[in-house]
Amino acid sequence: MHLFETSRLSVSIGNTRVCDALDFSIDAGDRCCILGRNGTGKTTLLHTLAGLRPALAGDIKLRDQSLQQLPRKTIAQHIGLLFQDHTDAFPASVIETVLSGRHPWMGPLQWESEQDVAMARTALRAVGLDDMEQRIVTTLSGGERRRLGIACLLTQNPQLQLLDEPTNHLDIHHQISMLELLQQQAQHDHKALLFVMHDINLASRYCNRFLLLFGDGETAQGSAAEVLTHTHLERLYRHPLQTVAGPHGTLWLPG
Amino acid sequence: MRALTLLALLLLLTLASLLISLVSGSVSIGWNGLLAVLSGGGDALATQVIMELRGPRAVAAFTTGALLSVAGALMQVLLRNPLADPYVLGVSGGAATGALLALLLGLGGLGLHSAAFCGALLSMLLVFGLSHGSGNWTTSRLLLTGVVIAAGWGAVIGFLLALSPDQGLRGMLFWLMGDLSYASSPASGLLVLVTGLLLAIATGRSLNIFTQGEQTAAALGISVVPLRRFIYLLASLLTATAVTLAGSIGFVGLIVPHMLRLAGVRDHRLLLPAAALLGGSLLIIADTLARTLLAPRQLPVGILTALVGVPLFLLLLHHGRNVHGEAR
Repeated sequence: MHLFETSRLSVSIGNTRVCDALDFSIDAGDRCCILGRNGTGKTTLLHTLAGLRPALAGDIKLRDQSLQQLPRKTIAQHIGLLFQDHTDAFPASVIETVLSGRHPWMGPLQWESEQDVAMARTALRAVGLDDMEQRIVTTLSGGERRRLGIACLLTQNPQLQLLDEPTNHLDIHHQISMLELLQQQAQHDHKALLFVMHDINLASRYCNRFLLLFGDGETAQGSAAEVLTHTHLERLYRHPLQTVAGPHGTLWLPG
Repeated sequence: MRALTLLALLLLLTLASLLISLVSGSVSIGWNGLLAVLSGGGDALATQVIMELRGPRAVAAFTTGALLSVAGALMQVLLRNPLADPYVLGVSGGAATGALLALLLGLGGLGLHSAAFCGALLSMLLVFGLSHGSGNWTTSRLLLTGVVIAAGWGAVIGFLLALSPDQGLRGMLFWLMGDLSYASSPASGLLVLVTGLLLAIATGRSLNIFTQGEQTAAALGISVVPLRRFIYLLASLLTATAVTLAGSIGFVGLIVPHMLRLAGVRDHRLLLPAAALLGGSLLIIADTLARTLLAPRQLPVGILTALVGVPLFLLLLHHGRNVHGEAR
């Protein structure tokens, strides 16, 4: 039994075929990455996998149970999603936002406990926002906002974490520290990660499995050695690529 | 605790405004007279004025203000729009149309109230039905449907005003601007308020998350569609009850939630009961002014809510935190 798997999953948005009859599975400790050009439906696929939009065909299973049959609250206890953007009509404070991650674990009339607050503070410390508890989220910078999203995901504490471009807006130091943090979690706490990323080099440094979306419904999946090849990546990005040897393996540069 | 302090302060404000409204009016009853009436003594006239006129009217004012403030806060969450008020989706237009028709037909009392409530209910179901006709029920679709239907009611109201004989116009105008002198029995309104408020507070944590967007809410385990329907129906019912009680009193439902947000109250489990108390006492004060300022003439209370509310709100906006929470 896999932690999470799709069988013959077909997803489309508008006229774009995101994937056709995709069989893909994720297990504890896995760090997977979805790669693809702009507009090939990476975010759509991620939202479908989180059960937020219906698939065209096929099945998505969380521990052998069909996602459609699970209540939303149960799904939220096991699958978390870091979104690309956010709504700010009535902005909350940093600590309030992080605490919202505890929502799926609380009863309808329950108030946040000391333990929930302690978890939220630990998460804020982990992403380096512990001195900003009372700040209103709209006063944060783009990078701080991104780390806040990651802290919220840590507080939600699902086993499968879907992250839509987690390194967006982050400086080099924070790109590495956030990815290290997530990777350590995956290893020590048996979490599974599924990223959407545009940086092939960061992806190949932190991920062990890759899913390539070519934009016409076709996909390729496998380890770095299997799918991060000139043929695949140049077809994927429609751009020539060059490689150089780097300290963590092959580095890809635009040609 | 900060939350309890705020609620205690607002409760004091409510009590104070209630007492002031009981001693104010053309028949002069001092604090001693009020005390005597409340303890069961007091002379017959004072007892009658307080128990049958000022008392019920103050309770009706409180109920209406509280209903509108809670409905306003809920509409703002539903549409995720700070400009939303209880009337934005046309509930008050429907109620006003029903009420004006009743006035045109010479109905009063129960007939007027039932016509207003039926109009509000009709408008609410019309918007609900039309906005999710195609199966998906997006916020902008709901907002557009509501705004267009509200505009439609506006035209009907204008038509009815043009048709009505001159001597009926004054009563209609009072009703359109909101007037508590028709509000006779606030008991049913109070019951709706308490039930609705408890239900709303119980979903408070979900409402907090709903303001972060529907996708985020769904990802955090909230069933968005049922919650959205619940907020819509609850807010509409609260508005319909308020409008039936006292006509379309403006402004309270828009600014009371914002006054609290400006004061840093963001958690809806606290914001909703606080809005009920603040909105209720604000309307008691406005109504007391409406019936005493130019006594024996009575002003439509809607004018006073704006006259009291506008400077108060601007003051808060200027000195408080701005919408993004930066202290000035």
